[in-house]
Amino acid sequence: MSANAPVPHRPDIAPGRLHAKALAENFSDLHPPLNAHEAQVESDRCYFCFDAPCQKACPTSIDVPLFIREIATGNPLGAAKTIYDANILGGMCARVCPTETLCEEACVREHAEGKPVKIGLLQRYATDAFMESGERAYERAAPTGKKIAVIGAGPAGLACAHALARKGHAVTIFEARPKPGGLNEYGVAAYKATQDFAAREARWILEIGGIEVEYGAALGDQLALDNLRRSHDAVFIGIGLPNTNALGLPESERFTNLVEAVDFIEDLRQAKSLESVAIGRRVVVVGGGMTAIDAAVQSVRLGAEKVTLVYRRSIEVMKASPYERELALTHGVDIVPWARPHALVGEDGALRAIHFERTREVNGALVGAGETFAVPADVVFSAIGQKGAPAMFAGSEAPAMTGDRIAVDDTLKTNLPNVWAGGDCVVGDLDLTVSAVDDGKRAAASIHAALSR
Amino acid sequence: MVDLSVNFLGIKAPNPFWLASAPPTDRKVNVERAFKEGWGGVVWKTLGEAGPPVVNVSGPRYGAIHGPDRRLIGFNNIELITDRDLEINLKEIAEVKKEWPDRAVVVSLMVPCDEDSWKTILARVAETGCDGVELNFGCPHGMSERGMGSAVGQVPEYITMVVRWCKQHTKLPVIVKLTPNITDIRAAARAAKAGGADAVSLINTVNSIMGIDLDALTIKDSIGGMGTHGGMCGPAVKPIALAMTAEIARDPQTRGLPISAIGGITTWRDAAEFIALGAGTVQVCTAAMTYGFKIVKEMISGLEAHMRKKGYRTIEDFRGRAAASVTDWQNLNLNYVAKAKIDQDLCIQCGRCHIVCEDTSHQAIFASVDGQRKFVVNDAECVGCNLCALVCPVEDCIVLEHRTQGVDPRTHRPYDLPPQNWTQHPNNPMAAKVGG
Repeated sequence: MSANAPVPHRPDIAPGRLHAKALAENFSDLHPPLNAHEAQVESDRCYFCFDAPCQKACPTSIDVPLFIREIATGNPLGAAKTIYDANILGGMCARVCPTETLCEEACVREHAEGKPVKIGLLQRYATDAFMESGERAYERAAPTGKKIAVIGAGPAGLACAHALARKGHAVTIFEARPKPGGLNEYGVAAYKATQDFAAREARWILEIGGIEVEYGAALGDQLALDNLRRSHDAVFIGIGLPNTNALGLPESERFTNLVEAVDFIEDLRQAKSLESVAIGRRVVVVGGGMTAIDAAVQSVRLGAEKVTLVYRRSIEVMKASPYERELALTHGVDIVPWARPHALVGEDGALRAIHFERTREVNGALVGAGETFAVPADVVFSAIGQKGAPAMFAGSEAPAMTGDRIAVDDTLKTNLPNVWAGGDCVVGDLDLTVSAVDDGKRAAASIHAALSR
Repeated sequence: MVDLSVNFLGIKAPNPFWLASAPPTDRKVNVERAFKEGWGGVVWKTLGEAGPPVVNVSGPRYGAIHGPDRRLIGFNNIELITDRDLEINLKEIAEVKKEWPDRAVVVSLMVPCDEDSWKTILARVAETGCDGVELNFGCPHGMSERGMGSAVGQVPEYITMVVRWCKQHTKLPVIVKLTPNITDIRAAARAAKAGGADAVSLINTVNSIMGIDLDALTIKDSIGGMGTHGGMCGPAVKPIALAMTAEIARDPQTRGLPISAIGGITTWRDAAEFIALGAGTVQVCTAAMTYGFKIVKEMISGLEAHMRKKGYRTIEDFRGRAAASVTDWQNLNLNYVAKAKIDQDLCIQCGRCHIVCEDTSHQAIFASVDGQRKFVVNDAECVGCNLCALVCPVEDCIVLEHRTQGVDPRTHRPYDLPPQNWTQHPNNPMAAKVGG
């Protein structure tokens, strides 16, 4: 090539934009844990309410007043037991739960002074103490001879398996990925669950005994639902939402710098070192939920210079909570509402900019408003929702679905005999770790009752 | 494996957490709620003799003093014994005992000070199948003006007399509830034992007035502008109860007499402290009235966790083991020296330790070091009084360190002198002469 030929302009994507020390700080706990003094001061603020609003707001109905009182009286291990009795993943939930829209929003002190009790941090204080103590929380009952297949080692599957193993049943968890934890391991923002917590918690849960885990076993690939139903007394499906919604623009597949946000987050969480993670200088995130915010904030924390988040409707109706939106804003993320992807602009085989069309609402429907604008980008993250993969049931009798989610009754039972399901893969609107745990717990109770008849 | 069950005077209960005779134990509906939450036993609210019951006020019966954030630290009542008909009470007691056979149901009694009244009521109560009786010699208001309650509890001879009557007329275990409104609790406890009491329970409430309304210029929580002294309970009285329990536990004349401890018990730790002094059960009232019956869950969880940590299987493994540490002042070792130490990592630099020491104690804490705000103890002035440690808002930031090596810069005497108490001290004109 001659010296005068134009140098192809590559997207500016590079690792190590920040020094190791800054990266380590940026990805340490978003909310540092409470020390003993802080835990004392904070737990003293709880009023020990009757029929506590916080407990009612918790999808797993953790007895919050009791565990806080146990912390206040110097009994953190007892507090942890109280938490685990309702939610075996209480440790993870303490880190990732949007307490600001659940228990802490309901707290009477939010009502009284605008300062709710720091329930999430207190829950972490207790569960951290328990994990450190090495004590056993539960014992397994005598073997019942019943075998249950749990598909998915995410929070729903782990909660279900633990509860069943406690009753003495034999459980085999089939997990497609190489590690347990589901989105706790692969999807949660790295600064929400540091120091390998998801893996440590999964290991601790499996210590009850009676649970075997097979990795690399995916439904639809290595596993067929029919076979599992034949070889087990019951099946619990906790596969989450394996697919993502496509942007739907022509030529999306062509560009390697147009990435699913969940893939970016997963790679970031599994990276051996933060300095090796490449990030664009200018990043655009499309979407308005927790995943979009996580991708945007983590991009900033990796050292991206400019991060823009574009959402097709108004900021108020974004699925991400006000607290999370504020988190993005304080990180300097530019949140642009009322715009949807219109076209991708590439150059020399790489995506260089993404064009958006302004939108508006007409009679409840979202329509284009005509005006377009371009945002230059080195990387675009797509975070417009996850969905199920019905193809997993190909070749077997599939459970009844509503859209891409499995239909269940209020005991988490599907229409198929001896098949239950829970977590993101079933019809529901919370899609949180804590609601998945509750599904797993209730399904286990239903399974146990059915197998004990 | 921790076992919280107790056997108190032959009365079995799944745990030592009982409810004291008070509004929470007034009726079957209350007691059932308590048992459902897990309380190990109750002492039924005091029954009076047959006939027209007492009448309570319909205005404020209770008052309180609050700490920060309206935390209730002292509670006061002018409520009387049960104002329900005796027959209804007896019927409900029998029903409850039948429905909850594994829980302790003890019945509190207060009748006029004559043998026949006691004989009659005891016979009626025995029919209910209850586990024991508690003699209420403690009400400091209302009943005492009628010659009952603390009018008996303050006169040791009366205590002995009534207890003797009761022991003659019932086979049920007899617990004597003592009033703290007395000069020396030992006199009352000894009197109870002399009469044949199987156990004592203490303390009943402390005579008190909770506050003055400065706008109306009346007693607070008045009945149309008038009020009266009542009985205080709750966290504020716990130290009084601890002291009296310790006295009875260590008094040679009452050592070994079973004790049911009452007085500001709010958490597992409070209960454990009384057990460590010798109590075989504890009774709770104010905490239940402040938070509801559910608090027993914390008490059970907390005591279990503590016992597991310490390797205790039952409460007998630690009951009474702290009693021997309580002695008379004159026996304390005057050569034991401790000095305060401030942990600079925990210190939040509020300076309270300094100012209270400066104003009210020994001016033994520096407020600055090399011109910087920093709070450090001056050993040369520190007498080890503990005031700074107590007022510091941060747990364990200031501790008293026992000194054993070196010389005390305040007294210029070595730290490691042999023990010497006041009875041996040269300043004491009554000191026993030692040696030849």
